[in-house]
Amino acid sequence: MLRLIATRLLSLAITLMAVSLAIFLILEVLPGDPAAIMLGTAAREDTLAALRLEMGLDRPALVRYLEWVGGILHGDLGTSFTYKLPVSTLVAERLAITVPLSLLAILISTALALPLGVAAAAKRDGPVDKAVLVFSQLGVAVPNFWIGLLFILFFSTYLGWFPAGGFPGWAGGIVPAFKALLLPAVALALPQAAVLTRVTRSATLEVIGADFVRTARAKGVDRSATLRRHVVPNALIPVTTILGLQLSFFFGGAILVENVFNLPGLGRLAYQALAQRDLIVIKDIVLIFAGIVIVVNFLVDIGYALLDPRLRSRS
Amino acid sequence: MSKRILAAALLFSASLVPAYAAKTSLVVGMPIEPPGLDPTVAAPVAIREVTWVNLYEGLVRLDRTGKVQPLLAKSWEVAPDGLTYTFKLQDGVKFHDGSTFDSADVKFAFDRARDPKSTNAQKQIFAPIASIETPDPSTVVIKLKETSGNFLYYLSWGDAVIVAPETAENNKANPVGTGPFKFKSWTRGDRVELVRNPDYWQKDKTKLETVTFRFINDAQAQVAALRAGDVDAFPNLGAPELFAEFQKDARFKAVAGNTEGETVAGLNSAKKPFDDPRVRKALMHAVDRKALVDGAYSGFGRPIGSFFSPNHPAFVDLTSVVPYDPEKAKALLAEAGASNLSITIKTPQMAYASRSAELLSAMLAEVGVDLKIIPTEFPAKWIEEVFKNKDYDVTIVSHTEPLDIDIFARDTYYFNYKNDKFKAAISDAAKTTDEKARFAKYAEAQKILAEDVPALFLFQLPKLGVWNAKVKGLWENSPIPSNDVTEVTWDE
Repeated sequence: MLRLIATRLLSLAITLMAVSLAIFLILEVLPGDPAAIMLGTAAREDTLAALRLEMGLDRPALVRYLEWVGGILHGDLGTSFTYKLPVSTLVAERLAITVPLSLLAILISTALALPLGVAAAAKRDGPVDKAVLVFSQLGVAVPNFWIGLLFILFFSTYLGWFPAGGFPGWAGGIVPAFKALLLPAVALALPQAAVLTRVTRSATLEVIGADFVRTARAKGVDRSATLRRHVVPNALIPVTTILGLQLSFFFGGAILVENVFNLPGLGRLAYQALAQRDLIVIKDIVLIFAGIVIVVNFLVDIGYALLDPRLRSRS
Repeated sequence: MSKRILAAALLFSASLVPAYAAKTSLVVGMPIEPPGLDPTVAAPVAIREVTWVNLYEGLVRLDRTGKVQPLLAKSWEVAPDGLTYTFKLQDGVKFHDGSTFDSADVKFAFDRARDPKSTNAQKQIFAPIASIETPDPSTVVIKLKETSGNFLYYLSWGDAVIVAPETAENNKANPVGTGPFKFKSWTRGDRVELVRNPDYWQKDKTKLETVTFRFINDAQAQVAALRAGDVDAFPNLGAPELFAEFQKDARFKAVAGNTEGETVAGLNSAKKPFDDPRVRKALMHAVDRKALVDGAYSGFGRPIGSFFSPNHPAFVDLTSVVPYDPEKAKALLAEAGASNLSITIKTPQMAYASRSAELLSAMLAEVGVDLKIIPTEFPAKWIEEVFKNKDYDVTIVSHTEPLDIDIFARDTYYFNYKNDKFKAAISDAAKTTDEKARFAKYAEAQKILAEDVPALFLFQLPKLGVWNAKVKGLWENSPIPSNDVTEVTWDE
């Protein structure tokens, strides 16, 4: 187990280094002078030069790369050109929205998908199964931002139960903040729940057909106990794989939903920083997104080992 | 016991009901979040839309009709030679941090803006200044190197607001001015909150206690926020196709006014065949401006024939100088030997730009010109490719700065346009202090452009304002990019 963790950690570090270099190089060749954007079309050449100097854009690329990576290793993400604030402050503010939003969506998605998937598989082709199939078809077909727009029309504009978008901040209390996140979280969760339901259903069906389940039933374990003790734990392995893939989707997919609901999350910050060519912010956010995906994959690998004792001994 | 619960419940529900009587808060929606809150160090319009006259004040300001009015300067005298301006300052003015405003602050603010290291986006405002003297705390004497007809007008801009030496460095994140509202908080990505300044020098000028600017980029989300009552006003709605619905809805007031944004399809005059005025004129003849406005902005934009805002008193309507006339367009193209022209238009992502480009392409096809659309990204990529490298045939963008007709007189500007007669008219206008004579010069300059067509003059970007019908006092036009909320009141 320890060796597994150690090798995975090493590959995690190498991947992150490669990603940081790729991000830096791509942004180097991206057209657009951040100073020219800040100063608009009336700017004079000497004013532009003054701002470039202030932004540190006059130094060689290698120096800027080493400074960036060195800063991150010391826990310093740099300072945003446009906001004049440490990027770590900005990102922390935004993560306070994107992380709860994604976690809430994962929670909703899992809470819907696991019971529905298992229930559908338990009585194959029964009425529950058919209803679940319809739900999952719809969920896969409908994009999350469109669901979001419908939610706003119905729950905010028509019923007035929820704000039509925006975020009041956690300082204003848990309830208003939670209310602002609930609709976007459901919009984000539904399509993923649909996928997860189908995976759960087919994984459960596969295990139900396995020899050891027949053996369990033959030795007299009743139906529900078989499901609980033998089927579900075994079906969870493929489900965890998909959930792991979805975790990164939730963070990325939040960009669209954040835009529709006007939530100032990490995705919106990335979008804005790109439009303003606030290079240091883009670099940091892309690295953070990449880092999240890499770390989640790492955790999923470890998760397998915990769920499946065979993997533990093999490594 | 149950009574106590009931009382608690009543109290709780009462706290949820907003106070309708004499409402003193206002939530204003804006499409773009400002990058920082200091208009003296960066160009973006959004900075002015939050701060101009709400938070910061200049020596003078513009009123809603575009006229210069006194503000921190209560009066001024201009010497007969037009080179010396003597400003008398208001008494009893304090900055939001409690420090006193006086002539030294004016000198500091202007010296800071014209310093070689300054990143002020409109340094030409300060270019004519030779010296700034402060004989006493309430007098400022500014000497100019040459006469400047627009000097006072420019001093009304956000780039020339007065900031204090103690606080100027931090104004980007923590703005301190002399205005009727002071900065309270900024939830980045979402809102900026301002509160009433109790020590404001014009007592009882404003009725509002709090003003919140919320940033909502998506046009659909803007409409939803208005309908749900999350915002009280959207002075620049991004959805022209949904604006007509608000005009029919009695709960809202919806006004289509003018901005300072002239939407033009710039032609690269240094490149063949655009160096031939006949070709430029022919392309203008091929454009049906009315149909363009209908298609690109749901009919809400005023067609223009030159490069001047209808908000300005010197404006002349010149749409009939080169009118829509496809036959004439074909004849001129044939005369110039430019039939079967194949050209490209670099088109930014803004909805008005891409829709206009599609319509232009269809209109030019009618006269045998093939106009191919090349998408680009504004501002980043456009500034690099078109503005800086001048690598384009045709492009389309709205120029939103007030009184910017002189861009056609700048040699290095992206139009590559060179016309000595026009340059002379502009530099005469800039030097002329007599208003009538100056406006005549501007009229002449507008006419030269209308006839010479260095760009296809399309339409003035409208200001589609939507607000709660009970809100009074917002501006219908914007002679300067701003959201002046100082005169806003709520009807009972």
